[in-house]
Amino acid sequence: MTQPVLQLTGLHYRWPGREGFALSVPGFSVVAGESVLLLGESGSGKSTLLSLICGTVKADRGLVQVSGQDLAALSGSGRDRFRAEQIGVIFQQFNLLPFGSVADNILLPLRFALERRKRAGVAKEAARGLCQALGLPDALFQAKAGMLSVGQQQRVAVARALIGQPPLIVADEPTSALDANSQAAFLDLLFQQSEAQKSALLMVSHDPRLGDRFDRVVDLSDVADITRGAA
Amino acid sequence: MIFWLALASLRARALTVGMTMLAIALSVALFLGVEKVRTGAKASFADTISGTSLIVGARSGSVQLLLYSVFRIGNATNNVTWESYQDIAARPEVDWIVPISLGDSHRQFRVMGTTAAFFEHYKYRRGRALEVAQGVVMDDLFDAVIGADVAATLGYSVDDPIVVAHGLASFTEHEDQPFRVAGILERTGTPVDRTVIVSLEAIEAIHVDWANGAKTQGQSTPVDEIRQMDLEPGAITAALIGVKSPLQTFALQRAINEYHQEPLLAILPGVALQELWGIVGIAETALLAVSAMVVVTALIGMMATLFSSLSERRREMAIFRAMGATPVTVLSLLVLEAMVTAAVGAILGLGLLYLGLVVAQPVVDAAFGLWLPIEAPGLRDMLVLLAVVLAGAIVSLIPAVRAYRISLADGMMVKT
Repeated sequence: MTQPVLQLTGLHYRWPGREGFALSVPGFSVVAGESVLLLGESGSGKSTLLSLICGTVKADRGLVQVSGQDLAALSGSGRDRFRAEQIGVIFQQFNLLPFGSVADNILLPLRFALERRKRAGVAKEAARGLCQALGLPDALFQAKAGMLSVGQQQRVAVARALIGQPPLIVADEPTSALDANSQAAFLDLLFQQSEAQKSALLMVSHDPRLGDRFDRVVDLSDVADITRGAA
Repeated sequence: MIFWLALASLRARALTVGMTMLAIALSVALFLGVEKVRTGAKASFADTISGTSLIVGARSGSVQLLLYSVFRIGNATNNVTWESYQDIAARPEVDWIVPISLGDSHRQFRVMGTTAAFFEHYKYRRGRALEVAQGVVMDDLFDAVIGADVAATLGYSVDDPIVVAHGLASFTEHEDQPFRVAGILERTGTPVDRTVIVSLEAIEAIHVDWANGAKTQGQSTPVDEIRQMDLEPGAITAALIGVKSPLQTFALQRAINEYHQEPLLAILPGVALQELWGIVGIAETALLAVSAMVVVTALIGMMATLFSSLSERRREMAIFRAMGATPVTVLSLLVLEAMVTAAVGAILGLGLLYLGLVVAQPVVDAAFGLWLPIEAPGLRDMLVLLAVVLAGAIVSLIPAVRAYRISLADGMMVKT
């Protein structure tokens, strides 16, 4: 049995200021190198779950373990640093700092993660290599991120998530801003690269058609219990 | 790298950031400019008279004596008799002495009777002597030398006639004895610019037919006859003294102040100027306070801009957070930005100041006689610039703390 890279146990979270709204996850795990698609409609608590996993939101009860580390045991800034070390994050869109160059954006997480920077080796070369692998023309490397097309921006976001080989990649609907063709190409690249560096991939989406590429497809409602206020 | 990203972020908002920098630059230039004018004015003020050891007049207050003898403001309460003057002039400590006789006017300008020694010994702005721009120093009894302002205001040129009025706001004029403009002085930035200078004898000459402040009826001594008369004055208003050795200044001052035959007062011009500046100086403080307010206003403008940028930058903050930045990093990025903005603004302001000085220096000197030196920025200027940057950092803390709160609440997901 492989070591789980992500383990949620008896997790309970109550939204502050919203009486009766709560999210609980009795048990959920992702093992190293695994790819999991978490299906859920918008408003199903996906974003909150991702925030819990990434440590920007703290659980009221229960355990969130990333690479065996209990997030609750870390301080706020400790969780921020730990996130930088362990997790590559990809959003739906507007992933990049538009005023920074492609290189700036890709190298950004390394700024906050010493270990990951070491793993990346010569960071600039690693970033260039990723760009190449993701089919981004070399000429764009120093271009302002804001000048890129949405598809190119998402590929830069992938490069940024992958740089320094974090054990877990978390992606929040990364394909929703892309058309069907680009979606397929994008996922090909994402899979190829995360497999190449053995990062686990946890993607949340509302689109079940993406499912066949993943090792496992989980419906969010099967792992998480959402209580909505009675009022 | 964070620093370069902060710079890139500033560049991306070049227009608003540029406006903020410009506002800060203008306010800093204004502040430093006021500071320059202030120190310039103070120096000019202190430079009104230099090289004179003592000023002697009838016993009154030291500021009053300085005001009427040097600044031609107010009037002497009493005169110094010619005998006392000669007694003082004869003292061994005295190197030179210049008598001054005031009391008459020409239009709005004061007329001062003195001797040729005045042009030799009166010094201003650290030892500069009076220079004649046109014509010559008076050599005839009815010659007058006028200051630059007198010439400019009344449109006089050399050889024009002048009629001196008795008293200061009088309609009785000494029209029997008109003067001739013999020379016009270079602008000095001192009250000399607003003075009509004639010889001491001339003051006597125009008062030949006068007694007790009024013209004697039906009496008009012809000019030729006056020229033959003994025009030794009976009294003068004040005198400027130079001593042979600075060490003797205090001894001479005490001797004059204790002069038995007549109550006299001797003052050190520097000390009296300081005293007078203490009175005038309140205005400079007010001016400085106002320009400091302008700097504060510009910084508050920067704060407002930072505040309004926060909502559009929530996405940016969320990205930083997702990449592992702590909320403190987000806060310090904003403070860093503000400091860069303030620093660039301050340096631009310094540039504007020097540009302004280069343009304004000759104009201000010509128009107001105020000399603004162009020197490398001093420690004080540097401290002002540093203070602006620090104040910028402090002011930016308010929006930065808000950014901290937002990024703590938002985490990596922007809640809309």
